[in-house]
Amino acid sequence: MSNEVNKIEYVSYLEHQGRFKGLKSWIFATDHKRIALLYMYAIAAFFFIGALLGLLMRFELIAPGETIMKAQTYNGLFTVHGVIMIFMVVIPGLSAVFGNFFLPILIGAKDVAFPRLNLFSWWIFVFGSVLAVASQFLKSGPPDTGWTFYAPYSTTTGTSVIIATTAAFILGFSSILTGLNFLVTVHQMRAPGMKFFNMPLFPWAIYATAWIQLLATPIVGITLLMLIAERLFGIGFFDPNLGGDPVLFQHLFWIYSHPAVYIMILPAMGVITEIVPTFCQRKVYGYKAIALSSLAIAGVGFLVWGHHMYTSGMSENARWFFSLLTFIVAVPSAIKVFNWISTMYKGSIDLKPPFLFALAFIFLFIIGGTTGLILGSVATNIQVHDTSFIVAHFHYIIFGGMGFAFFAAIHYWLPKMYGRLYNFRRANIACIIMFIGFNTLYFPQFVIGIQGMPRRYFDYLPQFQTGHMISTIGGVILIFGLFYMLINLIKGARKGPKAPANPWNGSTLEWQIPSPPSLENFDEPFEVKANPYDYK
Amino acid sequence: MSNNSSHITEYKVLGRILLILMFFTFATISVTSFNLASFTVTVALLIAGIKGYFVLSYFMHLKYENLLLRILVGMIFVLFALIVLITFIDYSYR
Ligand code: HEM
Ligand SMILES: [Cu+2]
Repeated sequence: MSNEVNKIEYVSYLEHQGRFKGLKSWIFATDHKRIALLYMYAIAAFFFIGALLGLLMRFELIAPGETIMKAQTYNGLFTVHGVIMIFMVVIPGLSAVFGNFFLPILIGAKDVAFPRLNLFSWWIFVFGSVLAVASQFLKSGPPDTGWTFYAPYSTTTGTSVIIATTAAFILGFSSILTGLNFLVTVHQMRAPGMKFFNMPLFPWAIYATAWIQLLATPIVGITLLMLIAERLFGIGFFDPNLGGDPVLFQHLFWIYSHPAVYIMILPAMGVITEIVPTFCQRKVYGYKAIALSSLAIAGVGFLVWGHHMYTSGMSENARWFFSLLTFIVAVPSAIKVFNWISTMYKGSIDLKPPFLFALAFIFLFIIGGTTGLILGSVATNIQVHDTSFIVAHFHYIIFGGMGFAFFAAIHYWLPKMYGRLYNFRRANIACIIMFIGFNTLYFPQFVIGIQGMPRRYFDYLPQFQTGHMISTIGGVILIFGLFYMLINLIKGARKGPKAPANPWNGSTLEWQIPSPPSLENFDEPFEVKANPYDYK
Repeated sequence: MSNNSSHITEYKVLGRILLILMFFTFATISVTSFNLASFTVTVALLIAGIKGYFVLSYFMHLKYENLLLRILVGMIFVLFALIVLITFIDYSYR
């Protein structure tokens, strides 16, 4: 059924007339759906800026020697690219956009627990982002430490490290508040009759993520403050000359930043877990295993940070211990992959764009995940540490994983969010172009990485040229696919044909309400199912 | 889910907790006069942990919350202890 039924009184959240008009009705909105869109517009803008910076780096690397920029410019570029992509795109990414929009709806609530705090988080996010971008244009020059801000270099370099770390610190606050908000929402706002194990699996993923956001982010906050204190007042936390320990910085940084990769990937897994059952019209395989493996990943993910530090001079015992734990944390991730594939088995598969993106996700995530095991084992790690093998690995996980999950999510939920449909054929073409571009861009980096191409270098030996050349061509294809997808989505959201309430025959709660939803989501009584995925 | 009966703690109880907290604050300061070598951090964290327990249970009413929430908060302490412990696998064997 569509929203034709009660057309006369029905007002969607997009048309709802609140206290403010025009732009103000957005930037002061407390409706979780409007805030979600605010996040999405900001994040999409940063993503395209970041991607273009990435492409610039690729052009520099197309041939050995100085091609289009100086070494110091390249150092600035990979730092800015990394800071934007990590702190402003993928960490907020799925949870701030789709978590905001769909977490309340999927658990049958009319909003998050603290709507104003939600708006406040967005403002902090914007403030932090402006500061991060500003750090690029100051007189002292863009920071050149990489997004990891490793001490002691970061305590001594003359570039704008303080502004950039302050920005990351502020962005962290936004993340903490969002996490807190979602935790309370899941605990307190579930519709009557919806127990924890009646929730769909995307809310489960957001819930596990929120715990990480709340508990891990303060640690990086303190670490960055310590770094600033060391720079401003010469307190010796990290610089050996002042009696500090540089490895301590790496410990503190990765105690946050490893869990942070789960902030990125858990919601992505949640999205895929929603899409797979819908497009196979099958009950999700192993509901409890998926729900609990989210929590397991969140928990054990806190204890493996040392796998980033095998070559940093950490003790021998710490190294084998972290290696062991890293292999353990791979298990719950693998459980999810098996569950998605088992869900597809014997399902009536429908290759619509969201499902195609989900398949691309699973493929790329498996490559990213298995190369992660190569990095998790101490011996092989030492061979490929700080080479472009790492760059390939984390792009497969974050871009191939989280990025493609974001694309899957927007193709899945856009009809609900805007009440319109996009062109399916173009969306599928965009997916295929990006998939080809992506693999052409990053796969060669595994190869030259194993051969010894170092990471974060603007120059290289001639023997790596073929790999770099292929990689740059892939980058161009990928960017082309990105814009093709973006244009198709914008056209669909603005002028596409009207979407019915349930275009995919989904079974979760968001498909029981009109597209786009009303201000308070549920105007009519709705049914909470014991199993959210009861197909057939 | 939520427990709707909001609990009101007596002033007497709150006063007693305050005294306990003050006692441990003095303890934090006075242990610094002993040289505990590598256990300095452990002792400081233990005392802070005990204080945290009292603040959470009484001032923040965790004691009257449902079991799930209490377990979750307890797990945070366990997690924190594990993180510190694992960090010292590096520092103690270097
Ligand atoms: C069109 C898309 C992209 C291109 C062409 C691209 C390209 C690059 C290049 C050339 C580097 C520098 C490698 C080096 O010299 O070590 C890099 C680093 C990096 N990229 Fe990307 N990238 C893209 C998208 C992304 C996305 C979507 C993310 C995250 C979600 C991301 C996260 C990072 C990070 C964290 C670094 C490391 C920065 C550092 O070394 O400090 N990139 N990328
Ligand atoms: Cu890690």
